[in-house]
Amino acid sequence: MGKHDPRTPLIPERDQDKRPVMECVGLGIDFGGLTAVDDFNIAIGPTEICGLIGPNGAGKTTIFNLLTKVYQPTRGSMYLEGIDTRHMNTMQANKAGLARTFQNIRLFRELTVLDNVLVGLHNEMSYNLGKAILRLPAYWRSERIAKERAMELLSIFHMQDMAYHKAGSLPYGSQRRLEIVRALATNPAVLLLDEPAAGMNPAETEGLMENIKKIQETFQIAVFLIEHDMHLVMNICEGVAVLNYGRLIAKGTPAQIQNNPKVIEAYLGTGGGVADA
Amino acid sequence: MLYVSQLINALQLGSIYALVALGYSMVYGIIKLLNFAHGDVIMVGGYIALFSLTALAFPPVIAALITVAGCTLLAVIIEKLAYTPLRFAPRLSLLITAIGISILLQNLAQLIFTANPRSFPTQMLIPAGSITLGGIQLGFVPLITIFASLLSMAILTFLVQKTKLGKAMRAVSEDMGAAQLMGINVNTIITFTFALGAALAGVGALLYAAGYPRIEPTLGMMLGIKAFVAAVLGGIGSIPGAMVGGYLIALLEVLVISMGLSQWTDGAVFLILILVLMVRPTGIMGRIQMEKV
Repeated sequence: MGKHDPRTPLIPERDQDKRPVMECVGLGIDFGGLTAVDDFNIAIGPTEICGLIGPNGAGKTTIFNLLTKVYQPTRGSMYLEGIDTRHMNTMQANKAGLARTFQNIRLFRELTVLDNVLVGLHNEMSYNLGKAILRLPAYWRSERIAKERAMELLSIFHMQDMAYHKAGSLPYGSQRRLEIVRALATNPAVLLLDEPAAGMNPAETEGLMENIKKIQETFQIAVFLIEHDMHLVMNICEGVAVLNYGRLIAKGTPAQIQNNPKVIEAYLGTGGGVADA
Repeated sequence: MLYVSQLINALQLGSIYALVALGYSMVYGIIKLLNFAHGDVIMVGGYIALFSLTALAFPPVIAALITVAGCTLLAVIIEKLAYTPLRFAPRLSLLITAIGISILLQNLAQLIFTANPRSFPTQMLIPAGSITLGGIQLGFVPLITIFASLLSMAILTFLVQKTKLGKAMRAVSEDMGAAQLMGINVNTIITFTFALGAALAGVGALLYAAGYPRIEPTLGMMLGIKAFVAAVLGGIGSIPGAMVGGYLIALLEVLVISMGLSQWTDGAVFLILILVLMVRPTGIMGRIQMEKV
């Protein structure tokens, strides 16, 4: 297990004296004999936007699956706001403050846009079945507050007009945005975005970048994102971690990463320059 | 006049099929299990109703509540003991377990209550009598059956569409993994689905016993299979589909009987099953499965 310093140079200055919101120490997982991720160390500040990059198959999504407890790590620990997540399952990791989107969109396509967000608000609503069947005031109040909250979230991303459309019928870019709104509805401390710009045109990517900044400013939460679009990563991430063959090969600011020879080698082999993919 | 009374028959039978089909469809929708023990839960419900009315001499409303609660409890116990341990097993193991539970319940009932059919005291549950509307005589039993079923289905629709548990249920049935990442406790939602399906089965048991007052250990078999066909016809996994399927199957049966071919009713129902599976396996309202590329 590598030596770990929670004060990695990644954390932006404003978060320096605060406890990292998420911290991984020596995280690793084996599938059979194959080590997919090994000795993954990172600390993310409470309002940091951090990127995770690396060639295809480097293990980036595996790390997201480890963080969200879809997989249990073979080695190492992960702390959310200082709490060890060792014995948590996926649902508990979400309750502890982790929300994510997926590389291939996984919305509840048959539900309306509003209902997708309301599913995210599931744990915020407090009434039981009896109250619902008897339609007691507690039920109506709780449903009304949740609906108002959902509409508010949708309106931040200019989606309030689509509230009653089926999620599956939305255009691609809106589906991606809805997935982010749905994740935000669970009130996370860290938002994990798995290739949010995949399949987007340059104009949509610009919009996405604005939205990510808006999330960080409005909600004051950390964003940890996997992305291949270097324009996006280099422009909005404050810290970047580079993964290759399941191991971190570099951590630093976008400028440091761009000039890191190890990173250049991982992407292009020896003797090239970083492509602005 | 004859048409109207036949239509009432069809609606009465269809209401029961629809209630039972809903249990099949909801459970299939959420864990992709054809719960073949569902019909036998209704059989147990029939005995619970019988004994709470006769041996225990409870008033009808109390007996009805006990029946619904008994069916719900039984289904939750079956889910916890037999299905939960197989959550990550192949679906075929689940299916075989469901058939095993069905055989177990039937044989237990035979052991405890003997194989002899018992007659159900319908008048103790729903008073005999009828009203005449426009020259047509409508018995209380079919009227209450149709009304109680529609009410149950309305409550179900409200729960599924308008409450957080219902929304979570639909979310889990579409994508269990994503639902967990939304902080939804999947185990609770699955148990809730079984409970909801079984509560409807409990209502179905009461109405079936009242309309066709003969309680025996194999009562749930044919009823269960026909409700299953109804669920497939409507589109398994679809709640409105199960309701439509239930009424359509009953309509078909009554049609075949009224043509004087009553010994062909079961055959006609199974013919529908074969045709649906051949022509449109997703049923009338089923989701067309799109292959992921």
